[in-house]
Amino acid sequence: MKQGNTYIFLYSSAMVVIVAAVLSVVATVLRPYQELNIEIAKKLDILRSVEKAEQAQEVRDRNSYVEEEYDRYIVDSYVISHLGERRDDIDAFGVNMREEMRKPLEERNLPVFVAQDDDGSEYYIFPVHGRGLWGPVYGYVALMGDMNTIFGVIFDHDSETPGLGAEINTPRFESQFKGKKLFDETGEFVSIRINKPGAVPPGDHNVDGISGGTITSQGVEEMLYDVLGSYRTYFRNQKNSEI
Amino acid sequence: MSSMDKEPLFSAKNVKLLTTPLNDENPITVQVLGICSALAVTVKLEPAVVLAVAVVAVMGAANVIISVLRRTIPQRIRIIVQLVVIASLVILVDQVLKAFLYDVSRQLSVFVGLIITNCIIMGRLEAFALGNRVWPSFLDGVGNAAGYGWILIVVAFFRELLGSGTVWDYPVMEKLGLYTIGYENNGFMILPPMALITVGIIIWVQRSRNRKLIESK
Repeated sequence: MKQGNTYIFLYSSAMVVIVAAVLSVVATVLRPYQELNIEIAKKLDILRSVEKAEQAQEVRDRNSYVEEEYDRYIVDSYVISHLGERRDDIDAFGVNMREEMRKPLEERNLPVFVAQDDDGSEYYIFPVHGRGLWGPVYGYVALMGDMNTIFGVIFDHDSETPGLGAEINTPRFESQFKGKKLFDETGEFVSIRINKPGAVPPGDHNVDGISGGTITSQGVEEMLYDVLGSYRTYFRNQKNSEI
Repeated sequence: MSSMDKEPLFSAKNVKLLTTPLNDENPITVQVLGICSALAVTVKLEPAVVLAVAVVAVMGAANVIISVLRRTIPQRIRIIVQLVVIASLVILVDQVLKAFLYDVSRQLSVFVGLIITNCIIMGRLEAFALGNRVWPSFLDGVGNAAGYGWILIVVAFFRELLGSGTVWDYPVMEKLGLYTIGYENNGFMILPPMALITVGIIIWVQRSRNRKLIESK
């Protein structure tokens, strides 16, 4: 067959148009499902940071289970500025931490989720976002009412190496954070340091990193320092108001 | 078309297209293609299995599409056409996973995208689908993807078992009580070099059992 330049040009144009059409139709059709998945995953992460929704793997209708648990335990959510002032015009659930962390400190919208347990104790949940080795790492940190002690953490990642950096989302790593403190005795914000396993004796501000996942571990450390650091004033205000 | 030249769907020749890539012409161990993704995804069994399934889907469909179009594809841009077909199929797989198997897609993350760079797929399009009819091309694609997949799964099985002490996240070593008698996970198995060595061992075992593969001096 004679295949001149015109044929090649027409062929490639048609190919591009067809492929673009097919892909955009598929993307549009599937978007609602994907968005629902993302929303449910986010709610589940928030709940898991305060050790709720633990049957999520076993229940048949996971979506409605997560929704129910979320409505039951998450009693309030709002956005604050870095000075701890409430901004009531923004929806906390819709805030994208990745974009907020790119802004200068003064412009960040910082979400706070308040969970109330059956016994009445309150936990404050903060989304965190940072950089791992290959891509973003993120998660939620839940603090006790004293705004200092960590109740629980949930981490996740997009593309860390399985078996190495990817281990940050395992209970083995996450459970170490329970009971650690963000402020030292003098009231200084020190956050949590992630050390080479066994290098530093256990303390209020140290956890063991992942062997073979040094850069991811450092990423998590930086993420906690940067993000929770933006909430510093809010933590202090809340603490003082309780005294 | 007379019924004389119509071959049965699973004639001996067609079945061979499906089975030779599993052993005699295995894309990984004999042709040594697609090694890069075999190194990356074989730390755990689950991503390896899902990737194997995704590659079967992409490769079967890509071979069919290229085979249907083979008389129209301009020679000079055939590589670009092949790439566009592969990339679109991979995006489709990724979108479907995100919509219906969100948890798996979160675990696989970059690996689904890695299928685009899998040398075996383009190799089969170029070597087979461009010159053959649709049905044989489909069998060839599925056969080669399965040949790739089973190596991936075997490598992942040993790496997960010896490196993390689990199989499909089930703590086998712990249940066997090996930790109490002093066994420790071999962290080296998790690192990429051990994937290469494991593939090497599979090649060694395969050649020692299959004399046809040994090159004469």
